[in-house]
Amino acid sequence: MVTVVEDRLSRVFGALADPTRRDIVARLAVGDATVGQLAEPYDVSVQAVSKHLKVLEDAGLVTRSRDAQRRPCHLEAEVFDLMTKWIERYRRQAEERFARLDAVLADMDLPLSEPQTQQGEAS
Amino acid sequence: MTATTTPETRVEADPTVPVIRIVREFDAPPERVFRAFTDPDVFVRWLGPTTMSVRLDAWEAHSGGRYRYTMLGDGGSETATFWGSFHELRSPDRLVQTQSMEGVGDGAILNTLTFEDLGDGRTRLTDQTLAESFEMRDMILSTGMADGVVAGYKKLDALLAEG
Repeated sequence: MVTVVEDRLSRVFGALADPTRRDIVARLAVGDATVGQLAEPYDVSVQAVSKHLKVLEDAGLVTRSRDAQRRPCHLEAEVFDLMTKWIERYRRQAEERFARLDAVLADMDLPLSEPQTQQGEAS
Repeated sequence: MTATTTPETRVEADPTVPVIRIVREFDAPPERVFRAFTDPDVFVRWLGPTTMSVRLDAWEAHSGGRYRYTMLGDGGSETATFWGSFHELRSPDRLVQTQSMEGVGDGAILNTLTFEDLGDGRTRLTDQTLAESFEMRDMILSTGMADGVVAGYKKLDALLAEG
């Protein structure tokens, strides 16, 4: 189960590695749009935009109906929530760690010794 | 403790390279923050979650030295062991180390810490983790593994159960 989610996350990150796709996602966040509408601002063909949309679809970021030319593309915010959740949780863990470090730093006497070396072998 | 900064931890997952970047400012000069990462007595005081303690198995805090530490949970049970090399220690501004985790297959991350002097006794820490692949980077990100918390898998399960 873990692996399935990781694969999904990797596809999401991979899909978002491309600036055009990031831009498409940003525009779909405002509202649904057709492939034609999405292609308008770019100096590329509708086919090229369709390819980008296919990658976003495979990553589960975008859905569209079978009649892909006319029906609007829709951003699946839920997938984004998943990714945002990972990063936010990671951030929270780091913040908790650094809050502990804050307290330790405030408590540390400054006299600087050379970094200590502790030679020891694990059992 | 007087806080002259509003501590805020920023985390960025780079879309183009398998990197996680964490940025955080501290109300302490670079020498002191650097020491918190290299002095074994200080390091064990803040690294782990409050529910865990850290046992240092090896700690050779000099360029080319090695380290190994184990996170201990309830009743001293071993939860996870991390090991690697101190590639470069250059007090007070740069610390580069490798890190692997025992029992999770191959793979090492390259961890580069920079300590930027902001003046007035403050420091900006940038903690960059470079993984071997996007898959590995995303795994670290999604499980909080770099935090020394293997329990991330349990949290992950809970999160999945939430739907």
